[in-house]
Parts: sequence; structure tokens; C-alpha cells
Amino acid sequence: MKRMRSKWKKSAMVALAVAGLVGSGVGQALAAEQYMGLPSYRVGAYAAGGSGIFGGWIDYMQMINERDGGVNGVKLVWEECETEYNNARGVECYERFKAKGNTFFSPLSTGITYSVLDRVAQDKIPLVTIGYGRSDAADGRVFPWVFPLVTHYWSQASAMINFIGKEKLGSMDQLKGKKIVLLYHDSAYGKEPHEVLKRLSQKWGFELELIPVAHPGNEQQSQWLQIRQIRPDFVILWGWGVMNPTALSTAKRTGFPIDKIIGVWWAGAEEDVIPAGNASAGYIAAGFNAVGDQHPVIQDIKKYVYAKGKGNLDPKRVGSVYYNRGVVHGIIYVEAVRLAQAHFNKKGQPVTGEEIRWALEHLNFTPERLKQLGAEGFLPVMQTSCMDHEGAGVVKFQQWDGSKWKMISDWIVPDRVLVRQLVEESAAKYAQEKGITPRDCSKEG
Amino acid sequence: MTFFFEVLIAGLLSGMLYALVALGFVLIFKASGVFNFAQGAMVYFAALTFVGVGEKLLLWLGWAPGSFASFLGSLLVTLAAMVVLAILIERFMLRGLVNQPLITLFMATIGLTFFIDGLAQLVWGSNVRGLDIGIADEPVIWLLDSANMLVSKFDLTAAAIAAILVALLSLFFQYTKTGRALRAVADDHQAALSIGVPLERIWVIVWVAAGVVALVAGLIWGARNGVQYALSFTALKALPVLILGGFTSIPGAIVGGLIIGASEKLAEVYLGPYVGGGIDSWFPYIMALAFLLIRPEGLFGEKHIDRV
Amino acid sequence: MIYREAGQFKASYEADMQIFPIRQDRIAIAAIVLFAFVGVPLFASEYWFQAIITPALIFSLAALGLNILTGYAGQLSLGAAGFMAVGAFATYNFMLRIDGMPFLVAMVLGGVCAALVGIVFGLPSLRIKGFYLAVATLAAQFFILWVLVKFPWFSNYSASGVITAQEIVILGWTVDEPVEKYLLTLAVVTVLALAAKNLARTHTGRAWMAVRDMDVAAEVIGIPLMKTKLQAFAISSFYCGVAGALYAFTYLGTVEPEAFNLDLSFKILFMIIIGGVGTVLGSFLGAAFITLLPIFLNQLFHALFGDSLPPAFASNVELMIFGGLIIFFLIVEPHGLARLWQIGKEKLRLWPFPH
Repeated sequence: MKRMRSKWKKSAMVALAVAGLVGSGVGQALAAEQYMGLPSYRVGAYAAGGSGIFGGWIDYMQMINERDGGVNGVKLVWEECETEYNNARGVECYERFKAKGNTFFSPLSTGITYSVLDRVAQDKIPLVTIGYGRSDAADGRVFPWVFPLVTHYWSQASAMINFIGKEKLGSMDQLKGKKIVLLYHDSAYGKEPHEVLKRLSQKWGFELELIPVAHPGNEQQSQWLQIRQIRPDFVILWGWGVMNPTALSTAKRTGFPIDKIIGVWWAGAEEDVIPAGNASAGYIAAGFNAVGDQHPVIQDIKKYVYAKGKGNLDPKRVGSVYYNRGVVHGIIYVEAVRLAQAHFNKKGQPVTGEEIRWALEHLNFTPERLKQLGAEGFLPVMQTSCMDHEGAGVVKFQQWDGSKWKMISDWIVPDRVLVRQLVEESAAKYAQEKGITPRDCSKEG
Repeated sequence: MTFFFEVLIAGLLSGMLYALVALGFVLIFKASGVFNFAQGAMVYFAALTFVGVGEKLLLWLGWAPGSFASFLGSLLVTLAAMVVLAILIERFMLRGLVNQPLITLFMATIGLTFFIDGLAQLVWGSNVRGLDIGIADEPVIWLLDSANMLVSKFDLTAAAIAAILVALLSLFFQYTKTGRALRAVADDHQAALSIGVPLERIWVIVWVAAGVVALVAGLIWGARNGVQYALSFTALKALPVLILGGFTSIPGAIVGGLIIGASEKLAEVYLGPYVGGGIDSWFPYIMALAFLLIRPEGLFGEKHIDRV
Repeated sequence: MIYREAGQFKASYEADMQIFPIRQDRIAIAAIVLFAFVGVPLFASEYWFQAIITPALIFSLAALGLNILTGYAGQLSLGAAGFMAVGAFATYNFMLRIDGMPFLVAMVLGGVCAALVGIVFGLPSLRIKGFYLAVATLAAQFFILWVLVKFPWFSNYSASGVITAQEIVILGWTVDEPVEKYLLTLAVVTVLALAAKNLARTHTGRAWMAVRDMDVAAEVIGIPLMKTKLQAFAISSFYCGVAGALYAFTYLGTVEPEAFNLDLSFKILFMIIIGGVGTVLGSFLGAAFITLLPIFLNQLFHALFGDSLPPAFASNVELMIFGGLIIFFLIVEPHGLARLWQIGKEKLRLWPFPH
């Protein structure tokens, strides 16, 4: 009898799961709720970043629900789906969300971004990649549905050179004759800045050496011994995961000055420096969001979410780099929903992916607006348009003092002309390969 | 020339660290014929448990991480955890798979990898942590001054630890009763069983030994690069060492490690620039492959004779 | 009762040598294929096409390829994803560089390229065996991806090293809807699966099995080892290459070399071992199992607990259950799911009598 029951239980569970699998094909978001799917990753090699960013994002939405009762009364609802940072799982999540009426997709993985890139236009779901993905998608004429918002890799590479020139050396002319090594993750991601840096090295006359590190990069003796031979003035660290702390500790071991290493923004979180211990003190990294919990927006999250025990993460992580980056995602998403509601006369109603796409193209974070949001200086002032899906393109630099990140620069502007030229060249090539006719932006409303 | 030796020494020292991970594979393969893919996950599990226990000791007893008490406490708890893990693996996995084809056992260890990864992160969280085991990571000053040669103190210490571990394991295999039983099991399961060697206990012992090796490797690699998921990738560095040295030989793991470490570094530095660099992902494998073409069972592997 | 061979007499050699000698099998296969071509497109939603069935079919094909090598010819390989990458990138380049190249031809040529690369990396198998060979095939996996990342020619100098699949047009039929992509994938997979099933019964297939069971003995009875092993590598890589092309063209659309990483190779190996080494059916069952199980667990957890669990907790427990189930299945049925089916078939044959 007991056996029978357990058998029953088992089959009931299986039936339930099958129903879940099938049911994901139906079921629409209810009225007065704005639905969104979050393709998060909380296990695996990149779980530290994934849990931080998605946690911050969820906390911000929770705060909006608690403090304001949603966006004009529309409650924000979301659902997570574990991708494990794996392309096939990411696509499954994308399709699962789509069937439920998703309006915004941001996978936090370049691989998944590429995997769904071809689908979003047809499915009318804006694909938002903040700080990763295709840089050339900044040309909104060719990529109407893709938004590499705030700033992308090519802007970052250029801003790094500007930072080195202006802030570290005093003026851009000083770059002439200097040696800069790009130590990069040997993958599509690590190759992103090559073209920009090559053109900039011609323009300013610095020597550029490219040194790859094979994935995963947990052993870099040979690379750093090479760097020791080259004796560069600066090393740009375009790393990922375990490669970053390994680079810092190996640099220390080979006697390279840590404050001459400039890291990319995926090498600039607490998770990248803490494992290297005191080897990382003095290391500088790029970023497009502020760190710390002093901003009113983070204080509100603490007050309305964590004080009520509804927080998504360990409270210690609130205010960390990844966490705040997640809050930036949240701010942009909520602002887009708000704009779409206003423009399409749908105050108090949920908006569609198409409407959100319009809003993402008309974002305007003025200094006043950021202040209202409690995020002054938290993210850069930015304005998007049909032509420009990036919005800001500026980068801030931060330094690790051994126990926390400190902001050491204002927003650094990249070489906009050069970056834009590259973006348009690359986008035009894509359009030609795919047979896309670019939109005429003068006709867009 | 200084540069050449610098690279060579760095390579030999990293080679010892690869050998340390490879050792865990060898132990298990030798005694049970199982190619334990989960060794990488065990390294991660051990290091994460060590750090996690350290955090709890600080929280509950106020023992500062890095202090001797905390180090010892974490070490003991982690060792206990590795023993429990070995018993569970034997009880719930190996016992059900006795006499199955090797590939099935191999697959089971891949399943085990998922299980251990999930378990480790479930218990301790996936946060990235630093680990300080009290060895300074800096160049040896007198070599730097006298010969302008850069040799890391940390790597030297780590290599010494690896060497001691290997010596101890070899002695254990050679001179203790359990060691002899282990060798008997490695030679022939059935014959060993029939003369009364308790197979199950032997397996637990091997897995515990592999767990201890994983713990040492986890501490050293964790102190080098931080305790994080990527620790399980160190297994990938160990595989070419394994095929070069032979799956069944402890000295083979060391010699293989030295050869792989040195040639990998030299190739990256001297060959890399001509082909665009980043070749250390595949070079060790191609190298090991070339060796295998001459000696198909690795440098020190047991020669396998097919009889029809 | 239902599954009974009695009364089916083979009156000619042709009848005896059919792929499916039992009438019930023929009917069942025909019904399944018919259902897949007609029934599925009628009932399945877009989610099923794009997220579940198409990738599962493509993985089945790759698993089938690996199964030819590992299951039939006994050469353990961990480089399947590398050969998929060759197929995908070669197909892309044929489409790109030759004007008016039809997709199917490019795909076959892509498979041929993968086969050639497979032969090169198969050469060591003449000397090396077992796990030594398995680890050696990792060289293929890493080397191929390195080449694809390192030489921008392969990705047509795209700044980020990704390739974007061209539009598929077959005799004026533009394949762009999910259903159409599914049908194309299904057609390719069906043809190749039947070919594999057939191949296993030919002289070639039997030579593979002889080599698998004992290569020295096989050599003694006059089977040329080199030819047989390299043939297995070539055909296996061809299957993987075609699967890679489909992965890029009918499933993802835009891929980077890292999409074909070591994890994928392992996943394909899982599929054949869980499904059943040395059976065509096992490749399909294994692919379905490995693709569906994590999704199923994820959905199950959502359905059972909603948002009440801490999210990281759910993800980790899913991972543990996945690993635990693999071990469980191996203990219960080490010969894979296909073996379960075979046992079921034998039971059916006797039913309702116990003996």
C-alpha cells in the first residue's frame, strides 16, 4: 500500500512537471502586471557575476513595487530561468519567456545574445545588452531591436586610451612612443578591442602588443614573463572570470607595477580582485556604474526591500560593483516601461515589447532625471535615438585600495568619431551579409 | 639566456602544480581502473569547504582566518568531509557499478561532477573568495639581484609540498599493508577479492587519498587564483600530464608534469608569437599526443599486451 | 500479442536483409516519421520548435555521429563539438565565398571538411587506445577552436569572430519560419539516421564492430585496421559536421566558436552513454533525455515551489539531481535507455505468457 502511494506521488509529480512544460506555451501576463523574463545564471563558472547583477536588478524592481506600487500602478512581475551561461539553455529560456509574452530580454551573456539576435526582430522583443554583446548594434538603423545601452566595448577601449593619455600621462601627445600591452582572453570577447586599439595606436603613435591568454586563464606565467621582457608602460587587461585574479597575482609575482594595469569592466568587480589578495591593491578598472551604497537609490532598496526581509541576496553584497550594475539594468528597464506608458497613453496598463522598443530609443536620462531617480552619478547622463542605441559611451575608472573600490575619474569620453565610424562600417557589413535595408532615421517618430 | 631559464624554471614549477592535480587521477585509476573525471570538482569542493569552514569558525568562535587555530580547524573539518564524501561515493555509486565497463564508470564520475559542483555551491554559495595559506607570493630576491632571474617563492614552496606528498604516497604504496593490498587490487580485482582483500574498504581508502590530494591541490591553487568555480578547470591542465606520464604511474605524473609545464611555457614564449599566441590551450595535448605515438601507454604506464 | 514475429516468413534474401525485418517495426517507424513530419507541425507551438525539438534533433544527429565512432567502432572521443564547429564554419564559408551555392550542397561539403579533419585527428588511433585516445582527442577540440578564433578569415573578418548564418533557400523555398527549419532539420536527420542504421549492417559496419570488440583479432581475420578506423573517424566527423551546420543555420543563426566548447563535447558523449552505446535509437533517446532533463527539472521546480525558494538554491539542487539521475540510470541500466526498450520489446514478444 505504501509502495502504491509513493508510486502515485511520483506520477503525480511527473504529471505536474509535464503540465508545466506544456503550460509554458500558454498563459499570458495578467492585466495591470508588466511581465518580464530574467535569463539568470546562479550556478557554474560565472555565478558570482550572474547572481550579483540579476539580484540587484530584481531588488530594484522589488523596491519600485514596494515604494511606488509599481509603475503607475502596474506591478512589475518577473520570472527567472536558469541558463548556466549556456547558449542552448539560454535559447530555451528565451522561447519559454516569449510564449508568456516577454517584453525585454537581457541575457548577460554574449553567446546567448548572438544566439537570439536573429529572432528578436521577428518576435518583437527588444534585446538589451548593457556592457556586452555586439558593439556595432549601436547603429540603430541596422539593428532596430538591439540595444547595447550605456556604453559598449569599442567605446570602452577608446576611453581607456583617453584615460591613460589624459589622466595618467597628462596629455594625449605623451602617448607617442609608449608601449601598451593588451592582455586578452583568447576568444571572440577578447578580440573586440583589437581594431579600435590598432587604429588608435596609429593615430597617437603608441606601440601596441597583443598577448592572448587561453581559456580559462588560470596559468599565466609565460604571458607575464613576456610582459616583463617587453617592459610596457601600461597593460590593458581584457579578462574574464578566473583570468583576472590570476593576472593580478602573476603580475605581482613578476614585479609588474599593479597600478599600471587597467582592467576592462568585466575585470573590475570585487570578485576579480579579492581572490588575488593584497596583490590587487592599486589596480585600476573601467566601469559604467558607481560603486558603494551611498546613492539614494541603493538606500531606498535597503529601506524598502532589505529592511522588510525581501532582499534577493546576502545584504553584504548590496552596493558591490555587480550589484549596482544590476540596479542600472533595473533603472533602465523601469524607465523604459514608464516612457512607453506615457507615450502610448497606457498609464496604468502593461505595455508591449514593441512599445518598450520605442521607449528604449527615446531614453533621456538628464542630470535632473537621474537626480529624481536617486541615481545622480550612479550611471552616466544618456540619451538614445534611432541612430544611436548606445546613449552615453562614457566610462568611469575606479581603483582597488585593498579593501574597496574607489572612483578615481570623472566620466571619460571616448574618441566618438573613430568609434562611430567603426560601428557604421561593421553594421553596414552585417546589413549587406543579411540583406537588411537600414532604416531611414529621419522618418522615425 | 637568463630569460630562457626563467621561463624554464617557471614552467617546471607550474608543472609540479599540474602534477599535483594529476596525482589524484592516478591514485584512483591505479586502484580501480576508474578515470575519475570528478577530480576537478573534488579540488573545488575541498577548497571551498576549507574556506567556508574558516568563515564559520570566525563567525562562531572568533578565530581569525589565517591564524593557526583556524587553519587547523578548517583542515580537520575538510578532511572529515572528504572522508564522508569518499564513503558516500563508494556506498552509493561504485558499489552499484562493480564489473561495469570502464566507460560506464567514467560517465558515472561525470554525473558525480555535477553532483559535487551543485553540492559545494549549495552549501557554501558561489561567491568568489580569497585564500591565504601564509606563503608570500613574491620573487626570490637574491636570484633577482644576482642573476636578474625571476623565480616565485610561492611556486617553489608549492612544488616542495607536491614533492613531499608524492614521496609519502609512494612510501605508503610500497611499504604498508594497505598499500600492498591496493597494488593487489590494481593488478586484478577478482584475484585480490579471492585472497580476502576487502575491495570496498580499499576503494574508500583510495578515494580518501584522492580527496586529500584534492585538498592540497585546492589549497595551493586556491591561494594562487582564488577559491572559485574555475578551480575545477585545473583538471584540464592535468589531463595531458596524465597521458604523458601514464595513467597508472605516480612518478609518471611528476615527470609528465615537469615536461608538460616546461614545454608549454617555452612553446608559448618562443613559438606563440609566430602563430598568434594562446597556444597553451592545445599545445600540451599535441605534445602528449606526439609522445604517445612513440610510447602508446605513456612514459611510465604499464605495457598492455593484447592476446587473441 | 501485438508484437509477434510469428507468421512473417522471409521468402527471399531481399526480404531477409531489410533494414527493419519485422513488420511491426516497419509500421512503427513509418508512423513515427509520418507523425514527425505531419503531426508535430500541426500540434507543436513555436516554443517547442525553437527551444526543444529542433535542438534535440540536431543533438541526436551529433550523438549519432559520435555513436558511430565510439559505439560501433569503439574509439572513445571527446572532440565531437570540435568537428561540429568545422562543419558550421565550413558551411558558412562555402555559402559566403561561392556565389549561388545551394545550402544543402554547402552543408554536405561542410560535412566533408569535417570528415577530412576527422581523418587527420583519427590517425593517432592507430597507435593509441582507450582513455589515452580520449584525452588525445581533446587536442582536436582545443586546436580546432583555437584555429577558428585565431584566423579571422574563417569568420570573414568579423570584429567579434562570430558567423551569421546566411538565408537558406532550397529550390526557391526560403526556410525562415521555425516550422520550416524544423522540417528541414528533420528531413536531414531522418535521411542520415536511416543511412546510419543501414551502414551498421554492411560490411563496413561489421568491420567496425569487429575492431571494437578486439582489434588484434579483427586484424588477424583480415580487416584492414587503418582503413576501418579512419573510415569510422571520417563518417563520424561527417555526421558531426552536418549537425554543426544545422546547429548554426537552423537553430541559432549566429554562432561564435565558443558555442562549440568542451562542454558540448561532453554533453554529446553523455547522450550516447545514457541513450545506449552502439545503437541508433540510443542516440535519439539520449539526446532527448539530456536536452530535456535540465529544462524539465527547471520547470518542475517552478511549478512546485514558484518563487518561494531562494533562486540559487533551486539551480544548485537541479544540478545535483541531474548528476544524481545520471548515476542512477547508469546503475540501473548501464547499457542505456535503448537497452530498456529492447528488454521491453522482448517482454512484448512473449506477452501475455511469461515464458
